[in-house]
Parts: sequence; structure tokens; C-alpha cells
Amino acid sequence: MDNIIVGLAGNPNVGKTTLFNQLTGLHQHVGNWPGKTVEKAEGHLNYNDARIDVIDLPGNYALSAHTMEEIVSRDFIVDENSDVIVNIIDATNLERNLYLTVQMMELGANMVIALNMNKLARKKDIYVDVEKMSDLLGVPVVEIEAIDDTGSEKLLKTVEEASKHPIKSNKKLVYGNELKEHLAELQELIKQDKNLLDVPAIWTAIKLLENDKIVTEKVQNSNNSNKILNETERLKKHLQDVFGESSEEVIANGRYSFIDGLLAESVKKPEVEKTSFSEKVDRIVTNRILGLPIFLVVMYLIFEITFTVGAPFQDLLDEGFGLLGEAVASFFGEGWFTSLIVDGIIGGVGGVLVFLPIIILMFLMISILEDTGYLARAAFVMDKVMHKLVGLHGKAFIPMILGFGCGVPGIMATRTMEHERDRLLTMMILPFMSCSARAPVYALFVAAFFTAYEGPIVFSLYILGIVVAILVAAVLKKTMFKGLSTPFVMELPSYKLPSLKGVILHTWEKVRHFIRKAGTIILLTSIIIWILSSVPMGVEYGSQESVTGQIGTAIAPIFEPIGFGEWQPAVALIFGVVAKEVVVSTFGSLFGLDEDNEDGIAGAVSKLFTPLTAYSFMVFVLLYVPCFAAIGTVKQETNSWKWPAVMFAVTTITAYIVSFIVYQGGMLLGFA
Amino acid sequence: MVSRKLNELHPGEEGTILSFSNQGDVGLKRHLLGMGFVKGSKIKVEKVAPLGDPIKLQLKGYSICLRKDEAKNIEVES
Repeated sequence: MDNIIVGLAGNPNVGKTTLFNQLTGLHQHVGNWPGKTVEKAEGHLNYNDARIDVIDLPGNYALSAHTMEEIVSRDFIVDENSDVIVNIIDATNLERNLYLTVQMMELGANMVIALNMNKLARKKDIYVDVEKMSDLLGVPVVEIEAIDDTGSEKLLKTVEEASKHPIKSNKKLVYGNELKEHLAELQELIKQDKNLLDVPAIWTAIKLLENDKIVTEKVQNSNNSNKILNETERLKKHLQDVFGESSEEVIANGRYSFIDGLLAESVKKPEVEKTSFSEKVDRIVTNRILGLPIFLVVMYLIFEITFTVGAPFQDLLDEGFGLLGEAVASFFGEGWFTSLIVDGIIGGVGGVLVFLPIIILMFLMISILEDTGYLARAAFVMDKVMHKLVGLHGKAFIPMILGFGCGVPGIMATRTMEHERDRLLTMMILPFMSCSARAPVYALFVAAFFTAYEGPIVFSLYILGIVVAILVAAVLKKTMFKGLSTPFVMELPSYKLPSLKGVILHTWEKVRHFIRKAGTIILLTSIIIWILSSVPMGVEYGSQESVTGQIGTAIAPIFEPIGFGEWQPAVALIFGVVAKEVVVSTFGSLFGLDEDNEDGIAGAVSKLFTPLTAYSFMVFVLLYVPCFAAIGTVKQETNSWKWPAVMFAVTTITAYIVSFIVYQGGMLLGFA
Repeated sequence: MVSRKLNELHPGEEGTILSFSNQGDVGLKRHLLGMGFVKGSKIKVEKVAPLGDPIKLQLKGYSICLRKDEAKNIEVES
């Protein structure tokens, strides 16, 4: 059986992933490109006698070295033994879509073009002469509709044909006479250098004129480097003299001129385009007065649906696991084995699964927002706020909002941001949004100390979290993320109906990943904490004599300067890393009280703290290490231990500093 | 025919790109060239975000947004 490897390339928002899902269905697997944080989706299908492996390349506008995604794509076309590249393009937006096509032609890729959204184009009175276009490009063009399977049979047939008889896609590509002649001279020099012949010489020549870092470095290490680079410099100057602009601009212009010529002969479209449906919607959605309220309502709905609809399911899971634990306990009787099963394993698995309802709902919401095109509008509306406050992209707003419910879906939602560094910075400050698991801790302490000011005290913590996030972002941008500039160049895609299949596949894939990757970490750490709290043999679970209790006692003095140097808070904080709400039940068990006996716990806590130290403790709980679930999710999303470690350090140090200021400042002001 | 900076155009105004200065982020300029911000392209300011920045533009048959600070490097004739 033949095996054909197909790379799927195209601009973002042209239906590339939809086509991928359409072709491969459930036979897909999402991972990362080796050594990169860029996502790689692979799938396969059988066609006639061949097995076709499809690789969904990142969505790109160009093949420069601008982003990691672009580098991944061009390396794939150049290096990997792909057989055919399927370039999907949007018939309603041909000019810009073909810019990527042209660059792949420069690379001489064995290419087939899938022309998508033809129905929509005809609605807009855009008519494409497919044969003519194919003829002018020297590349087969197949009309498809990615949303259903229109044209997919013909596309596969063309791909199979291309795999047997490769297409030389750069033979019809011409860039104006002036540029063509000069490129030819440079090409001749490149062709004399054997080390540079793994890619077409025209590609190397063009990339040199575009000041491409990676290609220039490659040439520098080559035999003929002096001659080639001197000629490049001479050409750049010459082009500047002739055209009055830099060589990069000359080349971009050359490409667009080629495209203009092509479209003039193969596409008929109206002089003045009709006002599109998207424009009409945008007039309302991004309206000067209505834009912000609409955005806030949408955010409120996402938050409500994710957490309010999710809560009963979470409770159900929680109760289910509770009942299961009780059943196991009554079956095996008291003892360390029962404790391992109930507290360690059932508790740990429950701790993973309890996140599923909100993760599923969050992904459904975000997928719908993203697929319809509203997400880009939300970023457009909010960009000024995010940019001014934290120096981030408008898209960072949604993960932050979700962070108030739970950091786990918030961290996962950072995927909607294109630039890796934006994504990382957002993840690092996200834990400072006060998540719902911290609320029980606040409830306990305000009930014990601040009965008259419950509302304002809790509110002050939420605000403090936001202020700290802004400050930490500013510090990180001056240090770890130095030089991070986040330009706001974002396409506002046309509004579309989301494809149900796509949304479900996407959500399912993420949930599976969460269970496998983050779930393992959560379960393992739960068991480790269980072991530490149960040894040496015979001690009461989590008591001062247990290893956890001893660690707590040993580190307790560290917390003296921030107001709480006893061993109980230290132990509660250790357990709090498993999940923040566990802080409350830990206090309960440390005082030998049932975890439902809230008044009893509040009473016991009031002997250990003063109002000032209680506030300092709440601040610490707000800001220190988020739970293992959040840490595990960061590990899963970034594919490295570096970022969870950074998050651990940043949050702990910040928590200590802020609590220190609160406690010492409070003392100076005469509070106790 | 007057030449102005792209960020100075009002919503609804249209122009043709004259030049793209090298003042700002060079990587960003390269990216924008690929997105169609080349000499001679027709460009229209569609909208300004509710808070005054960024702006929504239309060129080459699609919509894109840019911050004013990024748009000021582009000279437009209108």
C-alpha cells in the first residue's frame, strides 16, 4: 500500500482545520513539533489503495522567520519528506491568501491548491475561473467546501496524482523584468555552491534580499559566502536606487504584482463590493457606545455558563467520589490501606475529574467564540485596556476573566493567543486572579474576624490580586520578558457559523490531553502528599507528627515575619497546594473538628490569628503557588518544566513580599 | 491629493499607501508587507475601537486591526 504524506498549509481563518477534520475525522492525534511549543496535528485516511497521512501545518500569512509557526511550516516544506502540500485558500480573500501560495511556489513545493468558500464568493459576486487560474499558476486548483465534503473526492484524486507525478510549482512564477534579471545573477552564484542546493536557488536569493536571518546565516557558513553576500549587498543598494524603497519592499511588491496580474485574468468581481454581513454585524458589535456593553455581556455569559452550569456537575462528581470513598471505607474498615485508597487515590482521581465539567464547557464556549469570529472583535474592543495595564494583547482578557473562576481553563484559554511570549506572560500572571477555590478560605477568615466588613474585605482581596498582576507583569516585562513587544496585528475574519464537528473534536482532544498529562501530575502529587502525611506508620493523617506536619513545623519560622509562625498555618498552606479549598478542611482536621463544622473551625482559627495576621494569611493564600492542577496544566501547555517552575517561584516570592508589606505595614500603623 | 499618516485618517476615509517608514519594529514591518501593506494598495479606515485605539482597516478585500502607534509609520495619499 502506498503511503502519501500531505502537509496542509494556509492562512489562519480559511477553513484549514475544518478541512483537516473533514478528511481525517477521529483518526487524528495532536502533539507538539519536536522541541517546539507549536502544536502539531496529524491524522490519516485511506484513499483507494493509499494511506494518506495528513499534517495540519500552523496557519501562516507568510514564510519568513517572523514567528516560530512560520519557521515550523517552512522547515516542513523544505526538510521533511512530505509528498504533497495542499494549500487551502479562501475564494473571498484571494489576494492575501495567494501571498503565501506564491512563497511556497518559490520553494518549488509539490503543491495542490484547494479553493475554499466558493459558495460565499458567488454570493459576493466573485467568480473564479478555476482552469485559468490553475493554468496561470502552473498548479492544480480544486474547488472545495471544507464545511461539507464538496470536492473532497476530486481533491484526494489530485493529491494522489501529484504524489506520482510531482508538480514543479516555480516554473511559472515571474517577478517583473528588473527584479527577474537581478535575481538570476544572484541565483547563478548560489548555484555554484553545492551546500546551498538543497533548496531552489531562487528561494535562497529572495530570502537574502529579504534579510532573512536564518538563510543569511546558512549562507555565511558556506564556501561561496563572500561572493554571494557581496552581490546581495550590491543588489540591495541597486534596488533601493531604482525603486526608491528597500529590497524587502520591492520583493513584497513583486509578489503582489504577480498576484494582481493573475487575478485580473482569472477572477471577476464587482467594482464596489457589497456591504458584507460581517460589516453590518461589526457596526453593532464594535460600536462606539454598544461595543463595551456587548463585550461585557458576552464575558458574563461565558463565565456564568462555564461555572454556574458546571457547578452542579462538579458537585455530583464530588459527591460520587465521596460516596465511593465511604463505600470503600466501610468495606475495608479503618486503616492505612483504606486511607491510601480513599484519601490518596480516590481523592486524587476525583481531584482530576472534578475539573472536567468546567473544562468542557469552557472549550465549548471559547471554540464557539473563536469559530464565529467574535473572539477577534472582543480583543479589538479590549486591547486598549490590556495594553495600557499589563502590556498584553487584547486577547489576554478572556483567560484572565476565566481565572476568576478557575485558573485551569484560564491557562488553557491562552491558546487563542498567537505569540508564544504573550501566552507565557499571561499564564504567569493568571494565578493572581482570585479563583473560586480561594473563596472558602476567605469565608472562613472573614467569619472569624471581620463580621462587620465581610464584603469590603473580600472585595479588597480581589482588587489586590488584579493590582499585583499588573505590577508583576510590569516587572516580568523588564526582566524575563525583556524586549517583548506585542504588536496588535490581527485579522478580523468574517463571521461564520461554527462547525459542530470541529467544536466537539477540539473539545474532546483537549479534555483527553488534560486527563492524560495534567491528570497524571495531579494524581501523583496527591499520592505523594498522602504518603508524606501518613508516615511514619501509625501517626494520625496530617498531624504534627507526620512528615507533612514536621515539614510544616520546620518551615513555620519562615512565616514569622509575615504574621503567622505557628506550625498549623504552615501545614495548611502545604495542603493548600493540592487545592486551595483544602486549607479550610486542614484547619478542621488539625483541630480535630469535622470539616462541616464551620463555626467550630472559625472559633479555633480565631485563637491562632489576629485580624491583621488573618488578613496577611488571606493575602498569602491569594497570591502563593496555585494548585497542582494549575501547575500541571502549565506543564502540559508549555511542554516543559521551566514554566511551572517559574510560576512556582514568581507566585511564592510575590506572596511573601506582599504579605510582608501588609503585616509589617499594618503593625507600623498600629493594627494588631 | 494630500499625504497623511495612516493613523490620522478618520473612519470612512480611504487612501493609497505611499510609503512605509523604517522607524518602527522592522519585524512588524516585514509581517505587514506580507499582509498587503505595500505601495499602491488601497486602504480604508473602517472603525476606531470604542476606547479610541486600535483601528480597524480594510485592504485587499479583508479586515485587519492595528494600533495607532503602529499605523503612524505608514504614509497614505488621500
